[in-house]
Amino acid sequence: MSSQIPATEDIQIILAEHLHLEGPLLPILHALQEAFGHVPRAAHPLITDALNISRAELHGVISFYHDFRDKPAGRHVLKICRAEACQSMGSTALAEATLAKLGVTWHGTTPNGAVTVEPVYCLGLCACAPAAMLDDRVLGRVDEERMGKLLAEAGA
Amino acid sequence: MKIFVPMDSAAKALGAEEVVAALRAAAPEAQIIRTGTRGMIWLEPLVEVEIDGVRHGYGPANAEDVADILNGTSPKALGPVEALDWMARQTRLTFARVGVIDPLDLADYEAHGGLVGLRRALEMAPAEIVAEVTTSGLRGRGGAGFPTGIKWKTVQEAEASQKYIVCNADEGDSGTFADRMIMEGDPFTLIEGMVIAGLAVGATRGYVYLRSEYPDAIAVMRRAVAIARRAGVLGSDVLGSGRAFEMEIRVGAGAYVCGEETSLLNSLEGKRGVVRAKPPLPALEGFLGRPTVVNNVISLATVPVIFEKGAQHYADFGLGRSRGTVTLQIAGNVARGGLFETAFGITLGEVVHDLAGGTATGHPVKAVQVGGPLGAYIPVSGFDAPLGYEELDAHGGLLGHAGLVVFDENADMLSMARFAMEFCAVESCGKCTPCRIGAVRGVETIDRIRQGDGEAVPLLRDLCVTMKDGSLCALGGLTPLPVESVLDHFADEFLPRREAAE
Ligand SMILES: Cc1cc2nc3c(=O)[nH]c(=O)nc-3n(C[C@H](O)[C@H](O)[C@H](O)COP(=O)(O)O)c2cc1C
Ligand code: SF4
Ligand code: FES
Repeated sequence: MSSQIPATEDIQIILAEHLHLEGPLLPILHALQEAFGHVPRAAHPLITDALNISRAELHGVISFYHDFRDKPAGRHVLKICRAEACQSMGSTALAEATLAKLGVTWHGTTPNGAVTVEPVYCLGLCACAPAAMLDDRVLGRVDEERMGKLLAEAGA
Repeated sequence: MKIFVPMDSAAKALGAEEVVAALRAAAPEAQIIRTGTRGMIWLEPLVEVEIDGVRHGYGPANAEDVADILNGTSPKALGPVEALDWMARQTRLTFARVGVIDPLDLADYEAHGGLVGLRRALEMAPAEIVAEVTTSGLRGRGGAGFPTGIKWKTVQEAEASQKYIVCNADEGDSGTFADRMIMEGDPFTLIEGMVIAGLAVGATRGYVYLRSEYPDAIAVMRRAVAIARRAGVLGSDVLGSGRAFEMEIRVGAGAYVCGEETSLLNSLEGKRGVVRAKPPLPALEGFLGRPTVVNNVISLATVPVIFEKGAQHYADFGLGRSRGTVTLQIAGNVARGGLFETAFGITLGEVVHDLAGGTATGHPVKAVQVGGPLGAYIPVSGFDAPLGYEELDAHGGLLGHAGLVVFDENADMLSMARFAMEFCAVESCGKCTPCRIGAVRGVETIDRIRQGDGEAVPLLRDLCVTMKDGSLCALGGLTPLPVESVLDHFADEFLPRREAAE
């Protein structure tokens, strides 16, 4: 992930790689977000032209899904599971303590830009709850101490 | 020396990578094979060492245990893994290879019965394949329990130039991880099941719609598809039969409702994941308006074993109209959590008290939520319920994707009811007012109850009826189930005694 100003050519290359797919829009949005850390505004007219859809349609799709961002997240994304199995093992208190410690609310980013915290509804780690994920790294039976260490590693 | 360590995300989440690093350092000559998980998550990371052809387990292991494991003195020794009570009591059909083989080794897959089913299906006419699935009694494992054979027949009989197999790997329900486990632990089974489905209905293309919350499963499935393609299991000439089947992994984008099949199809087409009205059925007008089989991961991954062992073998397990095995996922506040595959009919009490060993915290059990966020909270008094589709229905519950989330006596049931409404409000696709607005009102009404306003209870009950009656899909239609179950069974927790008894 990087967050440099995206060049039109780079966006065009990503579009070209996906246009042959059936239903290419979600793969395109994922690829853009993978490359730029968010779905850049500059890509919108290129997408609507390439797929022959309206701006409203594109906006509707991007805003429907929780995953897509219109601006870059922090250097790391911490997802804390809020769903029932994790709640049964104390995830609500863990999440509250973590947010309080970082001084952010859900979806917020620490002032130094290190970590963005997001809620997630189940990571499939419900037999080793509470669960969390730091970038793509999965974590089970997380307690406040372990969370503290992880956040320190992530530079929060 | 052969050592097996899972690469399943639950094992990784509990430190499997650190254990592997320590093993590599301490025993550079050992052959370390990564597998899926056996499903005994409380023992993860579970290291298995092969001694005289038998795999002996050590767990839960951490890096400090490695030296003792290697020299045979570890206090974490469990003995032969297959003899452990949890393993010996199961009927592993769908999950037979998970935790046993290297998930990405196609030769290992074949050595353990893989591709036998597909080879048999390739010798059969499409109608015979469908009949075999019908005979097996297999019903959709995604939640609705619809007979898979009937769905396939509809697609088979539809006329179209292109048909599709779409695998629903959105697994959004809390307390469920069977789809994830099989995709990470035995991905070729799912691929084989999808190819057989394609042969049955005349579909040459398939998609797996896999949730973005599962990066490990996505990586394993993508590699498995590439390997299967190179080996000719996928492609224009499946195992030299002249028949074609090609498939692709597509990643979801964090919307729970996209697990609903029509919302999923919209999402796959690149649209908002709004639920479509039925009819038309996806079987007739599905992906891009063409006939489409939409099946859950476990439904499709069970197809190969049905063809390997025969439909009757599968159907001989089970209870009533629930045939074969159920892949229970035991989760939440339990001493022993994980995956347990068994014939339908085991009771809730046996699962919670006996298999799971009660709660992790050691406090008494208060309730079990069965079937994900749209499932009822069943109190201990309902633990005699046998786990089967109709049987659970009769107890006011639903089996869903067979996830069981256990709560101890400290659980605040009113806040669980509130969470059900909040989740519905966050995840609603927005199409129906009772769901979109009703869920928000539900949260507010529960907050009034919390503040001691007993008059808000009938309002909440009315709202539940409105949501049930006026919702297009089960998100709005079944969110009332957990809420009402809390009102029915746990009202004395938050209401004055007199009102609770009403
Ligand atoms: C809100 C909602 C979410 C659902 N989520 C899933 C899911 O994550 N996985 C799944 O297989 N089915 C899910 N379903 C059920 C599907 O709509 C559909 O019944 C299923 O994919 C059919 O496959 P099966 O017959 O093999 O079960 C969901 C349904 C609803 C209403
Ligand atoms: S019930 Fe809710 S999620 Fe389902 S179609 Fe209606 S608004 Fe969408
Ligand atoms: S409920 Fe948290 S990982 Fe499943």
